[in-house]
Amino acid sequence: MSDILLKVRDLKIGATVYPPGEKPRDIEIVHGVSFDLERGKVLGLIGESGAGKSTIGLASMAYGRGGVEITGGEVWVNGRDILKTTHGDIRKLRGGEVTYVSQSAAASFNPAKKIMDQVVEAAVEQKKFTRKVAEGRARELFAKLGLPDPDNIGDRYPHQVSGGQLQRCMTALALCPEPDLVVFDEPTTALDVTTQIDVLMAIKEAIRDTGVGALYITHDLAVVAQVSDDIMVLKMGDTVEYGTTDQIINNPQEEYTQALVSVRSIDHEEKKPTPEPVLSVDGITARYKGLNFDVLHNVNVELHPGQTLAVVGESGSGKSTLARVITGLLPPRDGEITFAGRKLSPDLKRRSREDLRELQMIYQMADVAMNPRQTVGTIIGRPLEFYFNMRGAEKRKRIIDLLDEIELGEKFMDRYPAELSGGQKQRVCIARSLAAKPKMIICDEVTSALDPLVADGILKLLLDLQKIEDVAYLFITHDLATVRAISDSIAVMYQGRVVRYGSKSEVLNPPFDDYTDLLLSSVPEMHLGWLEEVVAHRKMESAGN
Amino acid sequence: MKNIPISAMIGLGFTALYFVIAVFAPLLAPYGMAEVVGDVWEPSSSEFWLGTDNIGRDLLSRMIYGGRTTIFIATVATILSFVTGSTLGFLAAVLGGWADQVMSRTVDLIMSIPSLITALVILAMVPVTIPILILVMGLLDSTRVYRLARAVAVDIAVMDYVEAAKLRGEGQIWIIFREVLPNALSPLVAELGLRFIFMVLFVSTLSFLGLGVQPPLADWGGIVKENKDGIVYGIGAALYPAVAIATLAISVNLVADWILNRTTSLKGGRG
Amino acid sequence: MHPILKLVFQRLALGILLLFGASALIFGLTEALPGDAAQAVLGQSATPESLANLREEMGLDRPALTRYVEWLGGILQGDLGTSLTNKLDIADSVGKRLGNTLFLAFWAALVSVPLAIFLGLLAVRYRNRWPDKLISAVTLTTISIPEFLIGYVLIYFIAVKIGWFSPLAMVNDSMSLGQKLNAIALPVLVLTMVVLAHMMRMTRAAILNVMQSAYVETAELKGLSNFMVIYRHALPNAVAPIVNVVMLNLAYLVVGVVVVEVVFVYPGMGQYLVDHVTKRDVPVVLACGVVFAAIYIGLNMIADIVAILANPRLRHPK
Repeated sequence: MSDILLKVRDLKIGATVYPPGEKPRDIEIVHGVSFDLERGKVLGLIGESGAGKSTIGLASMAYGRGGVEITGGEVWVNGRDILKTTHGDIRKLRGGEVTYVSQSAAASFNPAKKIMDQVVEAAVEQKKFTRKVAEGRARELFAKLGLPDPDNIGDRYPHQVSGGQLQRCMTALALCPEPDLVVFDEPTTALDVTTQIDVLMAIKEAIRDTGVGALYITHDLAVVAQVSDDIMVLKMGDTVEYGTTDQIINNPQEEYTQALVSVRSIDHEEKKPTPEPVLSVDGITARYKGLNFDVLHNVNVELHPGQTLAVVGESGSGKSTLARVITGLLPPRDGEITFAGRKLSPDLKRRSREDLRELQMIYQMADVAMNPRQTVGTIIGRPLEFYFNMRGAEKRKRIIDLLDEIELGEKFMDRYPAELSGGQKQRVCIARSLAAKPKMIICDEVTSALDPLVADGILKLLLDLQKIEDVAYLFITHDLATVRAISDSIAVMYQGRVVRYGSKSEVLNPPFDDYTDLLLSSVPEMHLGWLEEVVAHRKMESAGN
Repeated sequence: MKNIPISAMIGLGFTALYFVIAVFAPLLAPYGMAEVVGDVWEPSSSEFWLGTDNIGRDLLSRMIYGGRTTIFIATVATILSFVTGSTLGFLAAVLGGWADQVMSRTVDLIMSIPSLITALVILAMVPVTIPILILVMGLLDSTRVYRLARAVAVDIAVMDYVEAAKLRGEGQIWIIFREVLPNALSPLVAELGLRFIFMVLFVSTLSFLGLGVQPPLADWGGIVKENKDGIVYGIGAALYPAVAIATLAISVNLVADWILNRTTSLKGGRG
Repeated sequence: MHPILKLVFQRLALGILLLFGASALIFGLTEALPGDAAQAVLGQSATPESLANLREEMGLDRPALTRYVEWLGGILQGDLGTSLTNKLDIADSVGKRLGNTLFLAFWAALVSVPLAIFLGLLAVRYRNRWPDKLISAVTLTTISIPEFLIGYVLIYFIAVKIGWFSPLAMVNDSMSLGQKLNAIALPVLVLTMVVLAHMMRMTRAAILNVMQSAYVETAELKGLSNFMVIYRHALPNAVAPIVNVVMLNLAYLVVGVVVVEVVFVYPGMGQYLVDHVTKRDVPVVLACGVVFAAIYIGLNMIADIVAILANPRLRHPK
């Protein structure tokens, strides 16, 4: 019994919500969750947004964020129920026995204080170490976590280091007081995929070397599979499945878990290029007004009718800028764009209505892509009116057809965007672009703001619609799983250049260039031991060089 | 209507009541506005509900007519301020470039001087009449509306749905009236309430200083000025306008708060 | 040069530019509007000939720009001109009255600033509970009543009914500090009530904003005491917004003084300005307008500079 570090029994958590203009009301967000965590082990908590996973993590520190309150159950840490202990004891628990790593280190560090002051603060306040010892320990941790210049980085202010580095500093902050348990709350979600792998490995090694127990909270099953011993799958505040990592990944019992494991299992056979591309981008170079450097350098890509070109890259690669150039929002400095056999004017204002109709766009954030004051019917109906002069019954019938195509149906016609879920909003945006009967749609990160299962539904819908409507997609994304699922050809972008371009099978198969290799190998795969394999492989390669 | 919270109901009720009294003042007031009907500062009685003022006019009638003047001036000045401020603010947001720069820097300059001081400088030069009061108050205040309208419009103009409309090929008129305006309206309407209160306070202050509504016309600020000498003798006639202004201002505030909350709930969507 | 100094100098330069702009605006207004000093002296019944003669005598027939430059040059040397009505030197009168006004504003600030910050903290501490609601209800009422009426309400109930303090705030040089403070007790109270509401609401919002940030949560999760969380993590980040709030409200207070002085017949700038507006004494109005504008612009400028200096991103650039 003595090696049980954290024991949670029938944990219930409630929150008070304040709907404007109405009476506050209490709702339950976690409905009786139980689990055990042994000393030195890692438990992964996984679920989509609203699953209650962060709330459970914070409950192990007897903390409720905002109006959140623990309403029932027991949380035992080191042999005592922290929900029944004294205020003073809870303060010793927080920052001493249990520490916390948040998703956004940038917001979690006090901008007015030096990193070192904040990293050692808990250890010194809890009288675990003297300031001097704590600082020495912090420097060791900085070095272990692979931070540059570990002896001096603590003298900097949070805004003076990069996002990936700050996330590692946050891990050092959590490990510095030698806690028994660390709660990692989506520690790598905000990072680019190539940065994520380094931080993930650093966290994993730090956990192993210090023998600390951990709760690892994330929405990404492939990530949690790399670091945890056990996994608990949560949905809407309930436990769906709880077992060893091996069992959850390789032998999931529940339908929901199976869906999570098999997500992005969409199979899409690559189509052969046609003789005549619908879009060809030739030698595009572009920069934003007021900047003195180019964000796109000599970009050349082609998209064939009824096919999908995925433009993939990390933040700052220029992929969204390319979309702005093609739509005419950002006239390029050089190069030209041919669309449906005719040269497109670089400036949006000088394009014909036909050009605009045939080239549609779908956005990442569906909720700001729709006017909140218009109903779904108005939103989808406007392109019909505008491009085809449809009115009355004819327009209504077409709107209903489109709503059926996106699997929502007529009853959604009079709803406002605020009444829809994230996935439904994105579907309406798809219907709006289809209403124009376009030859091509630019999809800018259309699934990145959605939970994996919802995103999966959207991708399936887009593929189905492509078959029916024979429309081409220019699919901009940072997510390689999405790229695999949907594309016929791929352009990999890095620092404003296309570094690799070709059919899906060409791009995703060796021989690779350095960047594509790094990018592809950084995407977490849903099998145990992947992280070690990649890191070992990289070490070997760098030794070989 | 069932979703209106009780505080907003009370606010709406009182605001409506004040406007009704203002419109029907001649029918409701028991005596004429400038009619001397009794002794100086008579206490309240069944004849004069609020007593009489410094020269023996019925105070209730003065208050009713005074409310009419005050509310009329405040309303017209608010409308002027809103029409000027929001038109220029939207224009600045849509045009951008040097037009925006010229308008915004001018507004910065005007706002760098407290508006009461500017108003006093102007009123030192020109004869004080009601149209001039409305003009001065409305135009000075339009700087605040301009800033808000411009900020709101700039926020909306960068939304993806406006970009989507531009990509569709919609004209400026559609974008301003169908995409931007409906979303800018709620914050502006809530501000309308606050500006109206400010106008009531402003015109009352000017009248109290003797630079607003001129006697014998009654208005709430003027009633304070006329009866202030009674205070040291323990005659509270000058304090009635305080009650009137405070209840009106609080009522309008409650309504404005409610409208503002409704707007944010619409933006927040599912919560 | 350190980039933060550059920003501070830029803001200072902007402040000076605004001051010149404001003086030009005030002067321009008196020029653009019908009527001038000569008209004011002679009244509406003046014949065109006598007006023209007086204008020539006063130098009003020269171009506006020349007179603006002269006027501005005079101000820079401390010469505000002479009053039309009593022929006294304006700088002398302003000097004495400005001292009185600043005396009043100073004591009002001394009472209201700590009180507002205290109440703001209290409202945050008991957020959405009865102390917070009570504070916001009371402040809503005080902003809904014009300053002069608060003044008379206090005179009526405190000075007349209870008999504390004098309804008139007369001060002169022969009074001791204690006597002066007794005399200005009521106006200070009025001014406090007027700015307290705004200042307290803005302080509450500023502190709430900081308290809801992720780094305060981090501090709480380190097991720090409430006091340490506030002292070490919240306060260093809340100073700038609070100073900003205070400065904006001091600027507001300077305007509130104008009306309150009239209520209490206090011999300060406000009373002086209003008197001479009524008498259409243009040079005095111009001088007072510029003095008020300068104080207002100056306080706003200090608020911005404090915000620049307190920003860690600017203080410690990459």
